[in-house]
Amino acid sequence: MTTAHVYPVDNIDTDRIIPGKYTKTLDMSALASHVLEDLDPDFAKKVHQGDILVAGNNFGCGSSREQAPIAIKAAGVSVVVAKTFARIFYRNAINIGLPVIEVEHHNIQSGDSISVDLENGIVTNHTKNETYQATKMPQQMIDILNAGGLVNYLIQHGDYV
Amino acid sequence: MVYGPSSKNTMNQTISEKIISQHAGKPVKAGDIAIVRVDGVMATDATAPFAIKAFRQMGGKKLWDVERVSLIIDHASPAPNETVANLHKLMRDFSAEMGCRLYDIGEGICHQLMVENAHVKPGDLFLGADSHTPTYGALNAFGIGVGSTDLAATMLTGKTWLKVPKTIKITLNGALKKGVTAKDLILFLVKELGVEGANYQAVEFTGETIKSMTLASRMAIANMSSEMGAKTGLVDPTGLDLWYPFEPTFADNDAEYVRELTFDVSSLRPQIAKPHSPENVVDIDEVLGTKVQYAFIGSCTNTRLEDLHAAAQVLNGKKLTSTRLIIAPASKKIFNDALKDGTIQILSDAGATFITSGCGPCVGSHLGVPGDGEVVISSTNRNFQGRMGNPKAQVYLGSPAVVAASALAGEITEPTE
Ligand code: SF4
Repeated sequence: MTTAHVYPVDNIDTDRIIPGKYTKTLDMSALASHVLEDLDPDFAKKVHQGDILVAGNNFGCGSSREQAPIAIKAAGVSVVVAKTFARIFYRNAINIGLPVIEVEHHNIQSGDSISVDLENGIVTNHTKNETYQATKMPQQMIDILNAGGLVNYLIQHGDYV
Repeated sequence: MVYGPSSKNTMNQTISEKIISQHAGKPVKAGDIAIVRVDGVMATDATAPFAIKAFRQMGGKKLWDVERVSLIIDHASPAPNETVANLHKLMRDFSAEMGCRLYDIGEGICHQLMVENAHVKPGDLFLGADSHTPTYGALNAFGIGVGSTDLAATMLTGKTWLKVPKTIKITLNGALKKGVTAKDLILFLVKELGVEGANYQAVEFTGETIKSMTLASRMAIANMSSEMGAKTGLVDPTGLDLWYPFEPTFADNDAEYVRELTFDVSSLRPQIAKPHSPENVVDIDEVLGTKVQYAFIGSCTNTRLEDLHAAAQVLNGKKLTSTRLIIAPASKKIFNDALKDGTIQILSDAGATFITSGCGPCVGSHLGVPGDGEVVISSTNRNFQGRMGNPKAQVYLGSPAVVAASALAGEITEPTE
Protein backbone atom coordinates (compact mmCIF):
# COMPACT_ATOMS: atom_id res chain seq x y z
CA MET A 1 0.00 0.00 0.00
CA THR A 2 1.45 3.30 -0.99
CA THR A 3 0.59 6.93 -1.29
CA ALA A 4 -0.78 8.44 -4.47
CA HIS A 5 0.52 11.65 -6.03
CA VAL A 6 -2.18 12.83 -8.42
CA TYR A 7 -1.63 15.21 -11.35
CA PRO A 8 -4.97 15.17 -13.18
CA VAL A 9 -3.42 16.66 -16.29
CA ASP A 10 -3.55 15.29 -19.87
CA ASN A 11 -0.59 15.06 -22.24
CA ILE A 12 2.22 15.25 -19.68
CA ASP A 13 5.00 14.95 -22.25
CA THR A 14 8.50 13.53 -21.88
CA ASP A 15 9.98 17.04 -21.86
CA ARG A 16 8.01 17.73 -18.68
CA ILE A 17 8.86 14.35 -17.18
CA ILE A 18 12.57 14.93 -17.73
CA PRO A 19 13.71 17.92 -19.80
CA GLY A 20 16.05 17.09 -22.70
CA LYS A 21 18.83 19.15 -21.15
CA TYR A 22 19.11 16.68 -18.24
CA THR A 23 18.93 13.46 -20.23
CA LYS A 24 22.52 13.22 -21.40
CA THR A 25 23.69 11.10 -18.51
CA LEU A 26 23.77 7.52 -17.32
CA ASP A 27 23.50 8.70 -13.70
CA MET A 28 20.12 7.62 -12.26
CA SER A 29 20.13 9.90 -9.23
CA ALA A 30 20.76 12.94 -11.43
CA LEU A 31 17.70 11.98 -13.48
CA ALA A 32 15.61 11.36 -10.37
CA SER A 33 16.40 14.79 -8.93
CA HIS A 34 14.86 16.59 -11.94
CA VAL A 35 11.84 14.37 -12.56
CA LEU A 36 8.65 16.34 -13.33
CA GLU A 37 10.25 19.56 -12.11
CA ASP A 38 8.55 21.80 -14.68
CA LEU A 39 5.18 20.40 -13.55
CA ASP A 40 5.87 20.36 -9.81
CA PRO A 41 9.27 21.62 -8.63
CA ASP A 42 8.83 19.73 -5.32
CA PHE A 43 7.89 16.35 -6.77
CA ALA A 44 11.29 14.73 -6.32
CA LYS A 45 11.29 15.81 -2.65
CA LYS A 46 7.70 14.72 -1.95
CA VAL A 47 7.84 11.24 -3.39
CA HIS A 48 8.76 8.30 -1.17
CA GLN A 49 9.97 4.87 -2.18
CA GLY A 50 7.01 2.83 -3.44
CA ASP A 51 4.61 5.73 -4.02
CA ILE A 52 2.21 5.84 -6.96
CA LEU A 53 2.02 8.50 -9.63
CA VAL A 54 -1.44 9.18 -11.09
CA ALA A 55 -2.04 11.22 -14.26
CA GLY A 56 -4.59 11.89 -17.00
CA ASN A 57 -4.65 10.96 -20.68
CA ASN A 58 -1.68 10.33 -22.97
CA PHE A 59 0.93 10.32 -20.22
CA GLY A 60 4.49 10.30 -21.60
CA CYS A 61 3.79 11.62 -25.08
CA GLY A 62 6.65 13.13 -27.05
CA SER A 63 10.09 11.69 -27.34
CA SER A 64 11.26 8.09 -27.14
CA ARG A 65 13.61 8.90 -24.28
CA GLU A 66 13.77 5.98 -21.90
CA GLN A 67 15.14 8.42 -19.36
CA ALA A 68 11.50 9.40 -18.73
CA PRO A 69 10.35 6.14 -17.10
CA ILE A 70 13.85 5.62 -15.69
CA ALA A 71 13.71 8.99 -13.92
CA ILE A 72 10.28 8.18 -12.49
CA LYS A 73 11.42 4.79 -11.27
CA ALA A 74 14.69 6.18 -9.90
CA ALA A 75 12.68 8.74 -7.91
CA GLY A 76 10.99 5.87 -6.10
CA VAL A 77 7.65 5.59 -7.89
CA SER A 78 6.49 1.95 -7.95
CA VAL A 79 3.56 2.19 -10.38
CA VAL A 80 2.19 4.83 -12.75
CA VAL A 81 -1.58 4.94 -13.14
CA ALA A 82 -2.95 6.98 -16.05
CA LYS A 83 -6.10 7.10 -18.15
CA THR A 84 -3.98 6.34 -21.21
CA PHE A 85 -0.27 6.28 -21.99
CA ALA A 86 1.62 7.33 -25.08
CA ARG A 87 2.76 4.24 -26.93
CA ILE A 88 6.53 4.49 -26.62
CA PHE A 89 6.43 5.52 -22.97
CA TYR A 90 4.19 2.56 -22.14
CA ARG A 91 6.54 0.14 -23.83
CA ASN A 92 9.68 1.72 -22.36
CA ALA A 93 8.27 1.64 -18.84
CA ILE A 94 7.62 -2.07 -19.08
CA ASN A 95 11.02 -2.71 -20.65
CA ILE A 96 12.80 -1.04 -17.75
CA GLY A 97 10.57 -2.74 -15.19
CA LEU A 98 8.30 0.15 -14.17
CA PRO A 99 4.71 -1.10 -13.97
CA VAL A 100 2.16 1.11 -15.70
CA ILE A 101 -1.56 0.60 -15.73
CA GLU A 102 -4.39 2.26 -17.61
CA VAL A 103 -7.48 3.12 -15.55
CA GLU A 104 -10.17 5.06 -17.32
CA HIS A 105 -12.43 5.85 -14.33
CA HIS A 106 -11.22 6.38 -10.81
CA ASN A 107 -11.58 8.67 -7.86
CA ILE A 108 -8.00 8.73 -6.59
CA GLN A 109 -6.81 11.88 -4.82
CA SER A 110 -3.36 12.83 -3.64
CA GLY A 111 -2.60 11.16 -0.33
CA ASP A 112 -4.93 8.18 -0.91
CA SER A 113 -3.51 4.81 -0.11
CA ILE A 114 -3.46 2.61 -3.21
CA SER A 115 -2.52 -0.91 -4.22
CA VAL A 116 -2.33 -2.35 -7.72
CA ASP A 117 -2.91 -5.90 -8.97
CA LEU A 118 -1.32 -5.92 -12.42
CA GLU A 119 -2.10 -9.49 -13.44
CA ASN A 120 -5.81 -8.99 -12.90
CA GLY A 121 -5.90 -5.32 -13.80
CA ILE A 122 -7.41 -4.12 -10.50
CA VAL A 123 -6.54 -0.92 -8.63
CA THR A 124 -7.70 -0.66 -5.01
CA ASN A 125 -8.17 2.63 -3.16
CA HIS A 126 -7.90 1.71 0.52
CA THR A 127 -8.64 5.23 1.73
CA LYS A 128 -11.99 5.39 -0.07
CA ASN A 129 -12.65 1.67 -0.02
CA GLU A 130 -13.12 1.46 -3.78
CA THR A 131 -11.75 -0.67 -6.60
CA TYR A 132 -11.23 0.36 -10.21
CA GLN A 133 -10.98 -1.77 -13.34
CA ALA A 134 -7.87 -1.32 -15.48
CA THR A 135 -7.14 -2.23 -19.11
CA LYS A 136 -5.59 -5.67 -19.31
CA MET A 137 -2.02 -5.80 -20.58
CA PRO A 138 -0.88 -8.11 -23.43
CA GLN A 139 0.66 -11.30 -22.03
CA GLN A 140 3.99 -10.51 -23.72
CA MET A 141 4.23 -7.37 -21.57
CA ILE A 142 3.27 -9.16 -18.35
CA ASP A 143 6.01 -11.71 -19.09
CA ILE A 144 8.59 -8.93 -19.54
CA LEU A 145 7.43 -7.15 -16.40
CA ASN A 146 7.47 -10.37 -14.38
CA ALA A 147 11.06 -10.92 -15.46
CA GLY A 148 11.85 -7.45 -14.08
CA GLY A 149 12.21 -5.84 -17.50
CA LEU A 150 13.45 -6.71 -20.98
CA VAL A 151 17.11 -7.09 -19.97
CA ASN A 152 16.29 -9.86 -17.51
CA TYR A 153 13.73 -11.34 -19.88
CA LEU A 154 16.40 -11.77 -22.55
CA ILE A 155 18.95 -13.06 -20.05
CA GLN A 156 16.40 -15.67 -18.97
CA HIS A 157 15.13 -16.65 -22.41
CA GLY A 158 18.02 -15.78 -24.73
CA ASP A 159 15.54 -14.60 -27.38
CA TYR A 160 11.94 -13.50 -27.81
CA VAL A 161 9.65 -16.42 -27.02
CA MET B 1 11.21 -19.21 -35.24
CA VAL B 2 10.83 -20.07 -38.92
CA TYR B 3 10.23 -17.37 -41.48
CA GLY B 4 7.92 -18.66 -44.14
CA PRO B 5 7.30 -17.32 -47.62
CA SER B 6 6.05 -13.77 -47.86
CA SER B 7 2.35 -13.32 -47.55
CA LYS B 8 2.02 -10.74 -50.30
CA ASN B 9 -1.10 -12.34 -51.67
CA THR B 10 -3.14 -12.06 -48.51
CA MET B 11 -6.05 -9.74 -49.15
CA ASN B 12 -7.84 -7.14 -47.02
CA GLN B 13 -4.60 -5.77 -45.65
CA THR B 14 -3.40 -2.29 -44.83
CA ILE B 15 0.18 -1.34 -45.67
CA SER B 16 1.18 -1.99 -42.04
CA GLU B 17 -0.44 -5.42 -42.03
CA LYS B 18 1.34 -6.33 -45.25
CA ILE B 19 4.78 -5.23 -44.14
CA ILE B 20 4.42 -6.84 -40.72
CA SER B 21 3.11 -10.08 -42.27
CA GLN B 22 6.19 -10.24 -44.44
CA HIS B 23 8.41 -9.82 -41.40
CA ALA B 24 6.47 -12.21 -39.18
CA GLY B 25 6.49 -14.96 -41.78
CA LYS B 26 2.73 -15.37 -41.49
CA PRO B 27 -0.33 -13.27 -42.29
CA VAL B 28 -1.31 -10.91 -39.48
CA LYS B 29 -4.23 -8.59 -38.81
CA ALA B 30 -4.61 -5.55 -36.56
CA GLY B 31 -4.61 -6.57 -32.91
CA ASP B 32 -2.32 -9.59 -33.37
CA ILE B 33 0.90 -9.75 -31.39
CA ALA B 34 3.76 -10.70 -33.72
CA ILE B 35 7.43 -11.46 -33.32
CA VAL B 36 9.09 -9.96 -36.37
CA ARG B 37 12.50 -9.82 -37.96
CA VAL B 38 13.85 -6.29 -38.27
CA ASP B 39 15.68 -4.89 -41.31
CA GLY B 40 17.67 -2.25 -39.50
CA VAL B 41 18.05 -0.22 -36.33
CA MET B 42 19.50 3.12 -35.41
CA ALA B 43 20.17 4.98 -32.18
CA THR B 44 21.40 8.50 -31.48
CA ASP B 45 23.56 10.06 -28.80
CA ALA B 46 20.32 10.63 -26.84
CA THR B 47 19.47 6.93 -26.82
CA ALA B 48 22.51 4.87 -27.86
CA PRO B 49 24.37 5.13 -24.53
CA PHE B 50 21.44 3.51 -22.70
CA ALA B 51 21.04 0.98 -25.52
CA ILE B 52 24.72 0.04 -25.28
CA LYS B 53 24.40 -0.32 -21.52
CA ALA B 54 21.30 -2.52 -21.88
CA PHE B 55 22.97 -4.55 -24.66
CA ARG B 56 25.88 -5.34 -22.37
CA GLN B 57 23.56 -6.13 -19.46
CA MET B 58 21.79 -8.61 -21.72
CA GLY B 59 25.13 -10.32 -22.15
CA GLY B 60 25.59 -8.98 -25.70
CA LYS B 61 29.04 -9.76 -27.13
CA LYS B 62 28.32 -9.15 -30.81
CA LEU B 63 25.64 -7.49 -32.89
CA TRP B 64 23.18 -9.62 -34.82
CA ASP B 65 24.30 -7.95 -38.06
CA VAL B 66 26.84 -5.10 -38.14
CA GLU B 67 25.55 -3.86 -41.49
CA ARG B 68 22.10 -3.24 -40.05
CA VAL B 69 23.07 -1.19 -37.01
CA SER B 70 23.74 2.57 -37.27
CA LEU B 71 24.75 4.92 -34.48
CA ILE B 72 24.41 8.67 -35.02
CA ILE B 73 25.87 11.56 -33.06
CA ASP B 74 23.33 14.31 -33.77
CA HIS B 75 21.36 15.32 -30.69
CA ALA B 76 24.12 17.30 -28.94
CA SER B 77 26.76 17.49 -31.62
CA PRO B 78 29.58 18.53 -31.33
CA ALA B 79 29.64 17.83 -27.59
CA PRO B 80 28.68 20.89 -25.52
CA ASN B 81 30.24 19.61 -22.29
CA GLU B 82 32.35 16.82 -20.85
CA THR B 83 29.44 14.56 -19.87
CA VAL B 84 28.15 14.49 -23.45
CA ALA B 85 31.68 14.20 -24.81
CA ASN B 86 32.10 11.01 -22.80
CA LEU B 87 28.81 9.60 -24.08
CA HIS B 88 30.00 10.29 -27.63
CA LYS B 89 33.27 8.57 -26.84
CA LEU B 90 31.37 5.57 -25.51
CA MET B 91 29.50 5.35 -28.85
CA ARG B 92 32.71 5.63 -30.89
CA ASP B 93 34.39 2.96 -28.80
CA PHE B 94 31.38 0.66 -29.10
CA SER B 95 31.19 1.09 -32.86
CA ALA B 96 34.92 0.37 -33.21
CA GLU B 97 34.62 -2.69 -31.02
CA MET B 98 31.52 -4.10 -32.70
CA GLY B 99 32.28 -2.98 -36.23
CA CYS B 100 29.00 -1.16 -36.81
CA ARG B 101 28.45 2.10 -38.68
CA LEU B 102 28.76 5.40 -36.85
CA TYR B 103 27.85 8.82 -38.22
CA ASP B 104 29.93 11.28 -36.28
CA ILE B 105 29.42 14.99 -35.62
CA GLY B 106 28.19 17.12 -38.49
CA GLU B 107 27.08 14.27 -40.75
CA GLY B 108 23.47 15.11 -40.11
CA ILE B 109 20.22 14.20 -38.38
CA CYS B 110 19.59 10.49 -37.89
CA HIS B 111 16.43 10.20 -40.00
CA GLN B 112 17.87 12.17 -42.89
CA LEU B 113 20.98 9.98 -42.88
CA MET B 114 19.03 6.72 -42.83
CA VAL B 115 16.98 7.78 -45.87
CA GLU B 116 19.76 9.59 -47.75
CA ASN B 117 22.12 6.61 -47.48
CA ALA B 118 19.41 4.02 -48.15
CA HIS B 119 19.89 2.25 -44.83
CA VAL B 120 16.11 2.08 -44.81
CA LYS B 121 14.20 1.19 -47.97
CA PRO B 122 10.60 0.71 -49.09
CA GLY B 123 8.95 -2.32 -47.49
CA ASP B 124 11.43 -2.44 -44.59
CA LEU B 125 10.51 -2.84 -40.97
CA PHE B 126 12.89 -0.49 -39.21
CA LEU B 127 13.36 0.37 -35.52
CA GLY B 128 14.76 3.67 -34.41
CA ALA B 129 15.48 4.70 -30.85
CA ASP B 130 13.86 8.02 -31.64
CA SER B 131 10.23 9.02 -31.73
CA HIS B 132 10.36 10.40 -35.28
CA THR B 133 11.23 7.05 -36.83
CA PRO B 134 7.80 7.10 -38.57
CA THR B 135 9.57 9.47 -41.01
CA TYR B 136 10.46 6.35 -43.04
CA GLY B 137 6.79 5.97 -43.90
CA ALA B 138 7.61 8.52 -46.62
CA LEU B 139 9.58 5.69 -48.23
CA ASN B 140 6.70 3.28 -47.77
CA ALA B 141 8.63 1.59 -44.93
CA PHE B 142 7.27 0.66 -41.50
CA GLY B 143 9.39 2.71 -39.11
CA ILE B 144 8.64 2.71 -35.41
CA GLY B 145 10.19 4.58 -32.55
CA VAL B 146 11.26 2.54 -29.56
CA GLY B 147 13.30 3.13 -26.45
CA SER B 148 16.86 2.11 -25.78
CA THR B 149 16.14 -1.26 -24.17
CA ASP B 150 13.92 -2.40 -27.04
CA LEU B 151 16.65 -1.33 -29.41
CA ALA B 152 19.30 -3.23 -27.47
CA ALA B 153 17.17 -6.37 -27.65
CA THR B 154 17.02 -6.04 -31.45
CA MET B 155 20.76 -5.31 -31.69
CA LEU B 156 21.18 -8.69 -30.04
CA THR B 157 18.45 -10.79 -31.66
CA GLY B 158 17.53 -9.04 -34.93
CA LYS B 159 13.92 -9.24 -33.83
CA THR B 160 11.30 -7.44 -31.84
CA TRP B 161 7.71 -8.02 -30.83
CA LEU B 162 4.89 -5.70 -31.66
CA LYS B 163 1.15 -5.36 -31.71
CA VAL B 164 -0.15 -4.96 -35.24
CA PRO B 165 -1.75 -1.51 -35.26
CA LYS B 166 -5.15 -0.52 -36.53
CA THR B 167 -4.92 2.09 -39.27
CA ILE B 168 -6.48 5.50 -39.82
CA LYS B 169 -6.73 6.39 -43.50
CA ILE B 170 -6.37 10.05 -44.42
CA THR B 171 -7.15 11.06 -47.99
CA LEU B 172 -6.02 14.50 -49.13
CA ASN B 173 -7.33 16.00 -52.33
CA GLY B 174 -6.81 19.30 -54.08
CA ALA B 175 -3.75 21.31 -55.08
CA LEU B 176 -2.08 23.31 -52.32
CA LYS B 177 -2.06 27.06 -52.85
CA LYS B 178 1.22 28.79 -53.53
CA GLY B 179 3.13 29.28 -50.30
CA VAL B 180 1.33 26.39 -48.61
CA THR B 181 3.51 23.34 -48.00
CA ALA B 182 3.52 19.80 -46.69
CA LYS B 183 4.33 21.28 -43.27
CA ASP B 184 1.12 23.31 -43.27
CA LEU B 185 -0.78 20.21 -44.26
CA ILE B 186 0.57 18.08 -41.46
CA LEU B 187 0.12 20.86 -38.88
CA PHE B 188 -3.50 21.05 -40.00
CA LEU B 189 -3.88 17.29 -39.59
CA VAL B 190 -2.27 17.29 -36.13
CA LYS B 191 -4.87 19.87 -35.14
CA GLU B 192 -7.69 17.78 -36.62
CA LEU B 193 -6.62 14.53 -34.94
CA GLY B 194 -5.00 15.91 -31.78
CA VAL B 195 -1.75 14.83 -30.11
CA GLU B 196 -3.18 11.47 -29.12
CA GLY B 197 -5.59 11.08 -32.02
CA ALA B 198 -3.67 8.18 -33.50
CA ASN B 199 -2.22 6.70 -30.30
CA TYR B 200 -1.26 3.03 -30.78
CA GLN B 201 -2.46 3.28 -34.41
CA ALA B 202 -0.89 3.65 -37.82
CA VAL B 203 -1.86 6.39 -40.25
CA GLU B 204 -1.95 5.97 -44.03
CA PHE B 205 -1.76 9.13 -46.12
CA THR B 206 -3.18 8.97 -49.61
CA GLY B 207 -5.00 11.10 -52.17
CA GLU B 208 -4.04 13.29 -55.09
CA THR B 209 -2.28 15.91 -52.98
CA ILE B 210 0.10 13.31 -51.59
CA LYS B 211 0.75 11.44 -54.81
CA SER B 212 2.44 14.41 -56.45
CA MET B 213 4.70 15.23 -53.51
CA THR B 214 8.48 15.11 -53.42
CA LEU B 215 10.25 12.72 -51.07
CA ALA B 216 11.22 15.67 -48.85
CA SER B 217 7.58 16.75 -48.48
CA ARG B 218 6.46 13.19 -47.84
CA MET B 219 9.09 13.01 -45.11
CA ALA B 220 7.74 16.15 -43.42
CA ILE B 221 4.29 14.56 -43.33
CA ALA B 222 5.30 11.09 -42.18
CA ASN B 223 7.66 12.67 -39.62
CA MET B 224 4.90 14.53 -37.81
CA SER B 225 2.55 11.57 -37.66
CA SER B 226 4.44 11.15 -34.37
CA GLU B 227 2.75 14.34 -33.20
CA MET B 228 -0.61 12.53 -33.47
CA GLY B 229 0.77 9.76 -31.28
CA ALA B 230 0.86 7.40 -34.27
CA LYS B 231 2.90 4.22 -34.16
CA THR B 232 3.84 4.96 -37.74
CA GLY B 233 2.70 7.05 -40.71
CA LEU B 234 2.76 5.44 -44.12
CA VAL B 235 2.57 7.44 -47.32
CA ASP B 236 0.97 5.98 -50.45
CA PRO B 237 3.96 5.04 -52.67
CA THR B 238 2.23 6.28 -55.84
CA GLY B 239 4.52 8.88 -57.38
CA LEU B 240 7.40 8.12 -55.02
CA ASP B 241 10.57 9.00 -56.87
CA LEU B 242 13.74 7.28 -55.60
CA TRP B 243 17.22 6.89 -57.03
CA TYR B 244 17.12 3.09 -56.76
CA PRO B 245 14.58 0.49 -57.87
CA PHE B 246 12.03 -0.69 -55.32
CA GLU B 247 8.83 -2.64 -55.00
CA PRO B 248 5.96 -0.56 -53.57
CA THR B 249 3.52 -1.90 -50.97
CA PHE B 250 -0.05 -0.71 -51.49
CA ALA B 251 -3.02 -1.19 -49.22
CA ASP B 252 -5.64 -3.58 -50.56
CA ASN B 253 -8.84 -1.99 -51.83
CA ASP B 254 -10.82 -3.78 -49.16
CA ALA B 255 -8.35 -3.13 -46.32
CA GLU B 256 -10.06 -2.44 -43.00
CA TYR B 257 -9.57 0.95 -41.35
CA VAL B 258 -10.55 2.09 -37.90
CA ARG B 259 -11.29 5.58 -39.23
CA GLU B 260 -11.31 7.20 -42.67
CA LEU B 261 -10.98 10.94 -43.13
CA THR B 262 -11.01 12.91 -46.38
CA PHE B 263 -10.01 16.54 -46.75
CA ASP B 264 -10.03 18.97 -49.64
CA VAL B 265 -6.93 21.04 -48.95
CA SER B 266 -7.11 23.41 -51.90
CA SER B 267 -8.07 26.37 -49.74
CA LEU B 268 -5.71 25.61 -46.82
CA ARG B 269 -3.91 28.66 -45.40
CA PRO B 270 -0.38 28.52 -43.94
CA GLN B 271 -0.68 26.93 -40.49
CA ILE B 272 1.00 27.84 -37.21
CA ALA B 273 1.21 25.81 -34.00
CA LYS B 274 1.07 28.15 -31.02
CA PRO B 275 2.79 27.43 -27.68
CA HIS B 276 2.94 24.86 -26.07
CA SER B 277 1.59 22.02 -28.18
CA PRO B 278 1.84 20.94 -31.81
CA GLU B 279 -1.95 20.47 -31.85
CA ASN B 280 -2.53 24.10 -30.90
CA VAL B 281 -2.76 25.01 -34.58
CA VAL B 282 -4.40 28.04 -36.19
CA ASP B 283 -4.47 29.68 -39.62
CA ILE B 284 -1.57 32.09 -39.82
CA ASP B 285 -4.06 34.98 -39.99
CA GLU B 286 -4.79 34.60 -36.26
CA VAL B 287 -1.19 35.21 -35.21
CA LEU B 288 0.06 37.62 -37.88
CA GLY B 289 2.08 40.40 -36.28
CA THR B 290 3.26 38.39 -33.25
CA LYS B 291 6.75 39.72 -32.57
CA VAL B 292 9.57 37.17 -32.80
CA GLN B 293 13.14 37.48 -31.56
CA TYR B 294 14.50 34.16 -32.77
CA ALA B 295 13.83 32.13 -35.92
CA PHE B 296 15.06 28.58 -36.40
CA ILE B 297 15.13 26.48 -39.55
CA GLY B 298 16.14 22.98 -38.62
CA SER B 299 15.10 19.44 -37.67
CA CYS B 300 14.25 16.17 -39.37
CA THR B 301 10.91 17.69 -40.37
CA ASN B 302 12.03 20.64 -42.46
CA THR B 303 15.62 21.37 -43.39
CA ARG B 304 16.04 19.57 -46.67
CA LEU B 305 17.11 21.26 -49.87
CA GLU B 306 13.58 22.30 -50.87
CA ASP B 307 13.16 23.91 -47.44
CA LEU B 308 16.39 25.89 -47.77
CA HIS B 309 15.29 26.93 -51.26
CA ALA B 310 12.00 28.18 -49.84
CA ALA B 311 13.85 30.24 -47.23
CA ALA B 312 16.31 31.58 -49.80
CA GLN B 313 13.47 32.63 -52.06
CA VAL B 314 12.09 34.77 -49.25
CA LEU B 315 15.46 36.20 -48.17
CA ASN B 316 17.16 36.67 -51.53
CA GLY B 317 18.78 40.13 -51.55
CA LYS B 318 17.23 41.05 -48.19
CA LYS B 319 18.84 41.72 -44.83
CA LEU B 320 17.71 40.55 -41.39
CA THR B 321 17.54 43.33 -38.84
CA SER B 322 15.97 42.64 -35.46
CA THR B 323 15.51 38.87 -35.47
CA ARG B 324 18.26 36.26 -35.38
CA LEU B 325 17.94 33.35 -37.78
CA ILE B 326 19.73 30.06 -37.09
CA ILE B 327 19.83 27.30 -39.70
CA ALA B 328 20.96 23.68 -39.19
CA PRO B 329 20.76 21.81 -42.52
CA ALA B 330 19.48 18.26 -42.03
CA SER B 331 22.72 16.75 -43.32
CA LYS B 332 26.16 17.62 -44.57
CA LYS B 333 25.07 16.46 -48.02
CA ILE B 334 22.20 18.94 -47.99
CA PHE B 335 24.54 21.67 -46.78
CA ASN B 336 26.96 20.87 -49.61
CA ASP B 337 24.21 20.76 -52.22
CA ALA B 338 22.95 24.13 -50.98
CA LEU B 339 26.49 25.44 -51.02
CA LYS B 340 26.99 24.40 -54.63
CA ASP B 341 23.73 25.88 -55.89
CA GLY B 342 24.27 29.22 -54.14
CA THR B 343 21.51 28.86 -51.53
CA ILE B 344 23.90 29.08 -48.60
CA GLN B 345 25.39 32.30 -49.98
CA ILE B 346 21.96 33.93 -50.25
CA LEU B 347 20.99 32.93 -46.71
CA SER B 348 24.35 33.89 -45.25
CA ASP B 349 24.28 37.26 -47.02
CA ALA B 350 20.86 37.86 -45.52
CA GLY B 351 22.40 37.37 -42.07
CA ALA B 352 21.52 33.78 -41.21
CA THR B 353 23.83 31.85 -38.86
CA PHE B 354 24.65 28.29 -39.89
CA ILE B 355 25.27 25.68 -37.21
CA THR B 356 26.29 22.02 -37.34
CA SER B 357 23.95 19.68 -39.17
CA GLY B 358 22.15 17.94 -36.35
CA CYS B 359 19.39 18.48 -33.81
CA GLY B 360 20.78 21.25 -31.57
CA PRO B 361 18.09 23.87 -30.90
CA CYS B 362 15.23 21.49 -31.85
CA VAL B 363 15.74 19.52 -28.67
CA GLY B 364 17.23 22.34 -26.61
CA SER B 365 20.57 20.66 -26.09
CA HIS B 366 22.72 23.60 -27.22
CA LEU B 367 23.59 25.93 -30.14
CA GLY B 368 20.66 28.27 -29.70
CA VAL B 369 18.54 28.12 -26.55
CA PRO B 370 16.01 30.99 -26.39
CA GLY B 371 15.98 33.47 -23.47
CA ASP B 372 13.20 33.98 -20.92
CA GLY B 373 10.06 35.38 -22.50
CA GLU B 374 11.51 35.24 -26.00
CA VAL B 375 9.28 34.26 -28.88
CA VAL B 376 10.59 31.74 -31.37
CA ILE B 377 9.29 30.80 -34.81
CA SER B 378 10.62 27.40 -35.75
CA SER B 379 10.36 24.87 -38.57
CA THR B 380 10.64 21.95 -36.13
CA ASN B 381 7.96 19.50 -35.05
CA ARG B 382 7.44 20.05 -31.33
CA ASN B 383 6.82 23.09 -29.17
CA PHE B 384 6.14 21.50 -25.81
CA GLN B 385 7.05 23.78 -22.95
CA GLY B 386 10.81 23.62 -22.44
CA ARG B 387 11.38 21.80 -25.70
CA MET B 388 13.98 24.23 -26.99
CA GLY B 389 15.74 24.29 -23.65
CA ASN B 390 13.87 27.09 -21.86
CA PRO B 391 10.38 26.59 -20.39
CA LYS B 392 9.97 30.40 -20.28
CA ALA B 393 10.22 30.75 -24.07
CA GLN B 394 7.24 30.73 -26.44
CA VAL B 395 7.74 28.50 -29.46
CA TYR B 396 5.58 28.77 -32.59
CA LEU B 397 5.88 26.21 -35.40
CA GLY B 398 5.53 26.90 -39.11
CA SER B 399 6.93 26.07 -42.55
CA PRO B 400 10.46 27.15 -43.51
CA ALA B 401 9.04 29.88 -45.77
CA VAL B 402 6.98 31.27 -42.90
CA VAL B 403 9.98 31.13 -40.58
CA ALA B 404 12.12 33.03 -43.11
CA ALA B 405 9.46 35.64 -43.78
CA SER B 406 8.85 36.11 -40.06
CA ALA B 407 12.58 36.43 -39.38
CA LEU B 408 12.77 39.17 -41.98
CA ALA B 409 9.77 41.10 -40.69
CA GLY B 410 10.50 40.53 -36.98
CA GLU B 411 6.95 39.27 -36.56
CA ILE B 412 4.91 36.31 -37.77
CA THR B 413 4.37 37.03 -41.43
CA GLU B 414 3.04 35.22 -44.46
CA PRO B 415 5.58 34.73 -47.24
CA THR B 416 4.64 36.67 -50.36
CA GLU B 417 5.83 35.88 -53.81
S1 SF4 C 1 15.80 17.08 -35.30
FE1 SF4 C 1 14.58 17.27 -33.47
S2 SF4 C 1 12.83 15.93 -33.78
FE2 SF4 C 1 14.38 15.37 -35.30
S3 SF4 C 1 15.54 13.71 -34.39
FE3 SF4 C 1 16.60 15.59 -33.86
S4 SF4 C 1 15.74 16.22 -31.88
FE4 SF4 C 1 14.37 14.69 -32.76
